[in-house]
Amino acid sequence: MLALQGSFALHAASLERLGVHAVEVRRADALEGLDGLIIPGGESSTMLKFLLEEDLFDPLLAFHRDGGALYGTCAGAILLASEVSGPSQKSLGLLDIGVRRNGYGRQVHSHAATVSCRALGEPELPVVMIRAPVITRIGSGVEVLASHRGAPVFVQSGRLLATTFHPELTEDLRVHRWFLRLASLA
Amino acid sequence: MSTEFRLKTGLADMLKGGVIMDVTNAEQARIAEDAGAVSVMALERVPADIRRDGGVARMSSPTKIREIQEAVDIPVMAKVRIGHFAEAQILEAMEVDFVDESEVLTPADEANHIDKHAFAVPFVCGCRNLGEALRRIGEGAALIRTKGEAGSGDIVEAVRHLRKIRSQLRRISFMDDDELMAESKELRAPFEIVRRVAREGRLPVPNFAAGGIATPADASLCMQLGAESVFVGSGIFKSADPSPRAVAIVKAVTHYQDPQALVEISMGLGEAMRGLDTASLPPEQLLHLRGN
Repeated sequence: MLALQGSFALHAASLERLGVHAVEVRRADALEGLDGLIIPGGESSTMLKFLLEEDLFDPLLAFHRDGGALYGTCAGAILLASEVSGPSQKSLGLLDIGVRRNGYGRQVHSHAATVSCRALGEPELPVVMIRAPVITRIGSGVEVLASHRGAPVFVQSGRLLATTFHPELTEDLRVHRWFLRLASLA
Repeated sequence: MSTEFRLKTGLADMLKGGVIMDVTNAEQARIAEDAGAVSVMALERVPADIRRDGGVARMSSPTKIREIQEAVDIPVMAKVRIGHFAEAQILEAMEVDFVDESEVLTPADEANHIDKHAFAVPFVCGCRNLGEALRRIGEGAALIRTKGEAGSGDIVEAVRHLRKIRSQLRRISFMDDDELMAESKELRAPFEIVRRVAREGRLPVPNFAAGGIATPADASLCMQLGAESVFVGSGIFKSADPSPRAVAIVKAVTHYQDPQALVEISMGLGEAMRGLDTASLPPEQLLHLRGN
């Protein structure tokens, strides 16, 4: 769990319910021995500042290169993306997608819905979008697992997973379970 | 919890582990965003200036708020006077991300707070104790903050309020239902909310700290006492060198449990705001006594 800022404690609670203990990562040395890392929802500009100024940016790239799985939620998806607009900002560039920050608008446009997701089966997946980004481009090798209002909201590529919605705000644990399998933890 | 309310508390959840900074114009908002603030709070004057200059403190002008919204991409909050639902309607129409019904401004209604359920925009409200927190939640607040004593640079009231809530939460978590009915009368809070909070041992919405935070150590203290984020008002823009202090407080909230990191974070910041000893202030000058 990247614990610089945001909804990391809620992600940790979801993992605990699946019987997995989450470690809070605030410094690069805490990445050692981990199989997967969740980059939570929060403010992407705040988290990015920490990544750049506290020497976490390159260690995260190395973590992925050495076999670590990464899952980015909302702000975390922005940090994983290869291309960020609205406005543009630096990112890890690991996942070949384009995202537009606050793509639905300000808080009054935050909303919830359910979407169909073949990978996770029935029932439909609840999606809670909080000042969410919109995925505007999908690169080759990126698989779309669910879409909402015509745009992908749940994508995967190799050991990388991203959602623009917040499963940590719901009781539905299927996305977390999916990530644990990706990280070979379940 | 309804879906609509979940969307409101959801934004508060995303602001956890962060710093919300008071700003009065676009330039300060940009400094705050560059420093790593998770959100900015638009207001007419920072609390220390309200205290110094007196007069009626109102919602910031829509011109200023729009200017701040255009300057930054992080969420923008703005303050309204207690009970002034028309100011809140204007902020909602402007698509402000969070409304703070705040004791820092001059109250518009001495008896009633705003019915916050009637709005799509989420509200944050201040409190000094559990009863006040639960009354505000009953009215629809999606985020609670301690009142502290705004514009003082003195952390003592924020500490008092954090500790008070914590000890009251502990106390009611051992009570059974027949005691909780009497307790809810004591707390002057809705029984259903009191019962739920007693069962879960925690507030149903996030709990942040505000009022008097001036140093990285103050931020760490509040986080260690159970706050999930901090609001900093005059502490930044009334200090000698706002930008490095803003950065330091952001880092202190993330590394609040790491004294070694706090040493480094606290170095070379210049003078903190001068501050006022709140114990020396007469009651009519204490902002935290407004609203109840």
